Amino acid sequence: MLIRGLAVLLLFQFIGEGLSTSLDLPIPGSVVGMGFLLLALGLGIVRVEWLQAAAELLLSHMALFFVPAGVGVMVHFDLIAREWLPIVLATVVSTFAVMAATGWTAKSLSIRRKDGC
Amino acid sequence: MVADLVAGPLFGVTATLTAYALAQVLYLRSGMVLLNPVVVSVAGIVTLLLLAEIPYTHYAAGGRVVLFLLGPAVVALAVPLYQRRQEILAQKVPILAGVAVGAVTSVITAAGLAWLLGASREVVWSLAPKSVTTPVAIGIAEKIGGVAPLTASVVVLTGCLGAVCGPEFCRWIGIREPTALGLAIGTASHGIGTARVLEFDRIGGAVSGLAIGLNGLLTAFLLPLIYLVFR
Repeated sequence: MLIRGLAVLLLFQFIGEGLSTSLDLPIPGSVVGMGFLLLALGLGIVRVEWLQAAAELLLSHMALFFVPAGVGVMVHFDLIAREWLPIVLATVVSTFAVMAATGWTAKSLSIRRKDGC
Repeated sequence: MVADLVAGPLFGVTATLTAYALAQVLYLRSGMVLLNPVVVSVAGIVTLLLLAEIPYTHYAAGGRVVLFLLGPAVVALAVPLYQRRQEILAQKVPILAGVAVGAVTSVITAAGLAWLLGASREVVWSLAPKSVTTPVAIGIAEKIGGVAPLTASVVVLTGCLGAVCGPEFCRWIGIREPTALGLAIGTASHGIGTARVLEFDRIGGAVSGLAIGLNGLLTAFLLPLIYLVFR
């Protein structure tokens, strides 16, 4: 089951990467692959049971896969160090601003819908 | 002999998994959000590389192997999205509006603040796509005259910030409902934030994953247009 699930996931990533590269899409292949897999699940081409074990394994350890990207920052440390204050301050403030803006928008709209307006 | 071993992929994979396993124990035992496993692992590996004078390229041989798994993991986000499709479709208006507001807020606050603080043009444009997932952010940065490696670094920084304080910050400002919380963290801090949400909530994690795709799509179309106006 695990291997079948991984095979299906990689197959959809392959399709996604292929389309993203050949059509020069601004979206990464894995995200395109996710869209197609969602479509295939909806159309009943792929059964969700095939994927459960593999998806569980990958999703519960997703943070691990970002560690190499974090280590990669070290190579470009000098780029950040040169203008560190505006970079760090803008990044921190902006990240919290986005969370508040998105969260409040979603919250207020979903509450209004529940009230039936 | 040992030098050859360190240059191969075995070293990077072993270092990453060992650091992460140890960091996870530390995180669970301490219960401190600041000791986020990604942040602690990265700090540990960077310290090791610097102290042992191991070149980054040696580590990257194995790092690439671990990073490869991110691809199928992103595809796998389709599974919780499919399983919770009814709840998500019922919330499509708040989801789409939330991501759209977030995408615009991100570009304006990141680039605007950097500009106000006197950052150079390249830095301002490098920061603009900071909330978008790495491959998309790099693609956008190259189009609008940003420095791609700087964008990549800022994207990781943004992700770690969302992973470390995202859920706590959201609850503090009154965003507790799982869909809104996942959406906020996914829009603001892409995959690294999503990984944290997945630790405690699958529906929130699924929505967070959806937000990565939607925000990437929106910013990829929006930012080049903003660039044409302000360049």
